[in-house]
Amino acid sequence: MLKKFFIVLLLTTSSFAQAALKIQHWVLDNGARVYFVENRTIPMLDVNLDFDAGSRRDPANKAGLASLTNGMFARGIAKAALPDGGVEPAMSEADISDAIADTAAQRGGGVSADRGSVSIRTLSSLVEREQSIKLLARLLAHPSFPQDLFERDKARTIASIREALTRPDAIASKAFWRLNYGTHPYGAEATVESVQATTREDLVRFHREHYVANRAVVAMIGDITRAEADEIAKELTRRLPQGAALPELPKVAAPAGAEQRIAHPASQAHILFGLPTLARSDPDFFALTVGNYVLGGGGFVSRLTREVREKRGLAYSAYSYFNPMAQPGPYMAGLQTRKDQADDALKVMRETIDSYVCNGPTEEELRAAKDNLIGGFALRIDNNRKILDHIANIGFYEMPLDYLDTWTQQVAKLSAADIRAAFQRKLVMDRMITVVVGAEGAKP
Amino acid sequence: MVILRKNLFKHLPRSLAMLQIALLWALFTPAWALAATDTHEFRLANGLKLIVKEDHRAPTVVNMVWYRAGSVDELSGTTGVAHVLEHMMFKGTKKLKPGEFSKRVAELGGRDNAFTSKDYTAYHQQVERSRLEQVMALEADRMQNLNMDPAEFAKEIKVVMEERRLRTEDKPLSLLREALYATAFVASPYRHPVVGWMDDLQNMTAADALAWYQRWYAPNNAVVVIAGDVDPQQVLKLAEKHFGAIPPKTLPKTKPQQEPIQNGIRRVNVKAPAENPFLMMAYKVPRLLDIEKDDDPYALELLAAVLDGYDNARLPAKLVRTDRIANSVDAGYDGIGRGPTLFMLAGAPTKDSSIEKLEAALRAEIVRIAQDGVSEKELKRVKAQVIAGQIYKRDSVFGQAMEIGSVELSGISHKQIDRMIERLSSITPQQVQAVAQKYFSDDQLTVATLTPLPLPAQPERAPEVQGLRH
Repeated sequence: MLKKFFIVLLLTTSSFAQAALKIQHWVLDNGARVYFVENRTIPMLDVNLDFDAGSRRDPANKAGLASLTNGMFARGIAKAALPDGGVEPAMSEADISDAIADTAAQRGGGVSADRGSVSIRTLSSLVEREQSIKLLARLLAHPSFPQDLFERDKARTIASIREALTRPDAIASKAFWRLNYGTHPYGAEATVESVQATTREDLVRFHREHYVANRAVVAMIGDITRAEADEIAKELTRRLPQGAALPELPKVAAPAGAEQRIAHPASQAHILFGLPTLARSDPDFFALTVGNYVLGGGGFVSRLTREVREKRGLAYSAYSYFNPMAQPGPYMAGLQTRKDQADDALKVMRETIDSYVCNGPTEEELRAAKDNLIGGFALRIDNNRKILDHIANIGFYEMPLDYLDTWTQQVAKLSAADIRAAFQRKLVMDRMITVVVGAEGAKP
Repeated sequence: MVILRKNLFKHLPRSLAMLQIALLWALFTPAWALAATDTHEFRLANGLKLIVKEDHRAPTVVNMVWYRAGSVDELSGTTGVAHVLEHMMFKGTKKLKPGEFSKRVAELGGRDNAFTSKDYTAYHQQVERSRLEQVMALEADRMQNLNMDPAEFAKEIKVVMEERRLRTEDKPLSLLREALYATAFVASPYRHPVVGWMDDLQNMTAADALAWYQRWYAPNNAVVVIAGDVDPQQVLKLAEKHFGAIPPKTLPKTKPQQEPIQNGIRRVNVKAPAENPFLMMAYKVPRLLDIEKDDDPYALELLAAVLDGYDNARLPAKLVRTDRIANSVDAGYDGIGRGPTLFMLAGAPTKDSSIEKLEAALRAEIVRIAQDGVSEKELKRVKAQVIAGQIYKRDSVFGQAMEIGSVELSGISHKQIDRMIERLSSITPQQVQAVAQKYFSDDQLTVATLTPLPLPAQPERAPEVQGLRH
């Protein structure tokens, strides 16, 4: 009975995927890569631009620079003369905010380790769309980085750094990344000192070198034609310069295995466990994704949830996931539990992961994982927001254009042995990093 | 399995901030949007209300079952039981073993969860459209056949206590909010946290949870909301088939527990490990009871938006940007709910400022509107956000089901959603000024402040930041 459903579903989802997810891709003369899905059902448009401008590009002693730069795009626009002879006037922070509010657009963006992004959701009606796109293009290309607002943003950043240092979850996360990545840029952390050391000139330089047309990835979905999408992509990138190649990043070295215990007055201990594993381009991507559904990703039905929460009541949340990045991102397992039972919970977590790495999933577990992932594939692409995220990923990480079309097939063809082999390649138990914040008896 | 907090404070990325003006996330569909939306309401003989929203953009569907039973219905000594029962609803029925519910949904390719608020408890699944009947059958089963196993309860209550530790005990701002509500309200059950007091959780029994289930879980106390790629008549047939035979119950008549009038400012202070102090100010204001006759709730909603509805709204512009008194500020009002409501102002002072200065500055902004009013232009700007929000919300079928359910469970028909927006759109600058004059007396005010406690000395290592990376 279930099998029958399975086949019907495969047919419906794949036809949907092809019909609704025709990803159109082209490259502009300036080198910007465009990914577009036309969707006329709602009169709105979502646009996202990604650049190789993430925190991994922070200079060694200026951690936080990428984030400060991106965060100041809407603090002011400089007066600019354009190649076509036009001149665009300066705008203040207040002017920009009011202009965005008047078109009822929603501006987004931010910085991850790999990417620096700007995005906007706007009504697709011509007047609103043109205004909001032009504004986004201008603040992306000609931010004025006013000195006084830079000082204000630095002060706010420092306050949030200090605040984070009091929170057990944040302390655990920082320690985890530091121990996993050491001197690799993925392990660098913005500090009070690194933010204080950053100057306005650093922002100007970082912006000029990283937000460049030839490395722009423009993702769009919404109520416009392909020709209109092309015009928008050109408008968004025509003010941007060409950039020189960026330096190679160092390789991620496997950690040697370590455990750090940090005292904290909170009632719970926060535990993190893992190591660098998975790059976006890794052929083990699907084996690890499907395998982790069974181990720690499948919500209430994963082994970690069952062992830690359902059987023993040790935690509200116990999970694990792979974080695929340009270079190997971490596998991370985590839980939070009352301090006096932290060691018990950690033991259960380690044994659960260890046993899974040794034996892999059972046939029954693999079948359940495939039922969920394949049967639920339609849920991954059922709105514009989700599709935008997918095509932005496909563009930035240069994944195959048919990534979503073949997704269910990639899942379906995996065997339990494939998954076990991939886990054994990637999760080397004696190299794992363990962090316990709020450990009893630990030094602060 | 989470606790839903009405979005009075938007600790959200700036890009999402607009959603907040919108209770209105929970509110309307203008005439031009109706063509694209199609909502149908049915009632079964046993009292179950079914609302079906068609949206054929993708072959998926969300199934939600809402019960009109939230922490507002709890009694002292068993606070948190609504939420504990929500957890127990995943622990088996006469037919299903503990955990089997989620396992079945997962094998159907679905995602499932639940949430509890002050006003209601709701359960939901998202599935590919051909799986709808199976998840409806699962919900119908646990509406009537829950198996309250004491051994499962003993484990799950520990999970709930861990949840309280994670989300409240170790979160200074959660503790502050909890203290604020417990101070602002003395008689209304809104004074109790949804998760419950720790001592009540420690003393709760399986019998308490079972009694809650027997009292409130009935078709005539439930609203089923189904949104997505479905045919309403087909869904009605499925609802009849699976829910139709469940007998209704006589629901208990709860006492009104009206909050007495506050006559004088109340202050409460919380000390907790943190770096920065924090201020929350809450004024007692009316909620929306009569959609046609009430004006003030709409005006209060717009007042909150004028103060903090967009990046350059008054509070962020003046307090954060120009005067640099605060690192962050919030204003919020949610006029739709079963119990009394608060207009909230909040913020974190900068290093060179203080709680006292921030409090004075927040008050001054209200006074400024009370004296000088708001401009047509400002009001037009915040209304534009609301209107556009009605287009943007259509991208999320789940969000639309949430909107329908939360409005319904607060005693307002989803059919009134359009009308509420029309009413909101007709509010004038004078009406916004009038509510600023009327409701912001110290006698109606509760102030909660967080005093940060230093952590034990930090080890010798470079400090780091989260939020800037990863």
